[in-house]
Amino acid sequence: MTADLIVFVVLLALGYVFGQSVERRHYRSILRREQELQDVLTFSAKLPPQDLKVEGTNLVSGNVVVSVDYFKRFVAGLRALVGGRMRTYETLLDRARREAVLRMKQQARQFGADMIFNVKLETASISKGAKDSIGSVEVYAYGTAINTSDSFSR
Amino acid sequence: MILSNLETVPNMHISKQLGLVQGSTVRAKHVGKDILAGLKNVFGGELKAYTELLQEARSEAVERMVQQASSVGANAVLNIRFSTSSVTQGAAELFAYGTAVILEDA
Repeated sequence: MTADLIVFVVLLALGYVFGQSVERRHYRSILRREQELQDVLTFSAKLPPQDLKVEGTNLVSGNVVVSVDYFKRFVAGLRALVGGRMRTYETLLDRARREAVLRMKQQARQFGADMIFNVKLETASISKGAKDSIGSVEVYAYGTAINTSDSFSR
Repeated sequence: MILSNLETVPNMHISKQLGLVQGSTVRAKHVGKDILAGLKNVFGGELKAYTELLQEARSEAVERMVQQASSVGANAVLNIRFSTSSVTQGAAELFAYGTAVILEDA
């Protein structure tokens, strides 16, 4: 009984300390790469404008699976009792979406493209319904990268 | 083979519609990787093994879709969509589908 409690407290502490640092580091890296890749434009529009001079298209995508830490899952469990905003999961999904979009942009840049049209984001929860439900989520971003002969965005 | 999730490709026109093509794969997680993922669940962060697993599975689904498209004589698949569903616990189905067409230069 006491042993269980100790394990629980240790896991909670580990989750808190490492989870916070992992998240901070991830956000720093996301912000830095968003700066780097800001000239790759993304659109949710279905088709590029008629007058755009298109040279080639490529399907590009990016995905990421991110897990929430033990502490945050515990806090979310408490939150589920009273309802309301689950901030701990909001940041998890935010990080996952931004990361997936960044990876997609990275791939577009490898093709030499500077625009991505018809961007779709898909979210899937891995191991849903498992007993000790893993708080991990997959985000998949995809779209069509377009190479243009105009170079107004460079 | 041109792959795109747009409805048409700029500068090209569709000369023939060949109908829906699809590809899917069901993947299960690796037990060893699952244990590592369990550790990650304490600390949080990216589960790289899963990211790779799913990416691999998706490219296989796309490959199967492309095979089907070339067997009907298409040179492009347009309006591609991806979808994921969990079949049983610990396994996921990755599904890709689109319209096979023959494209010609406009």
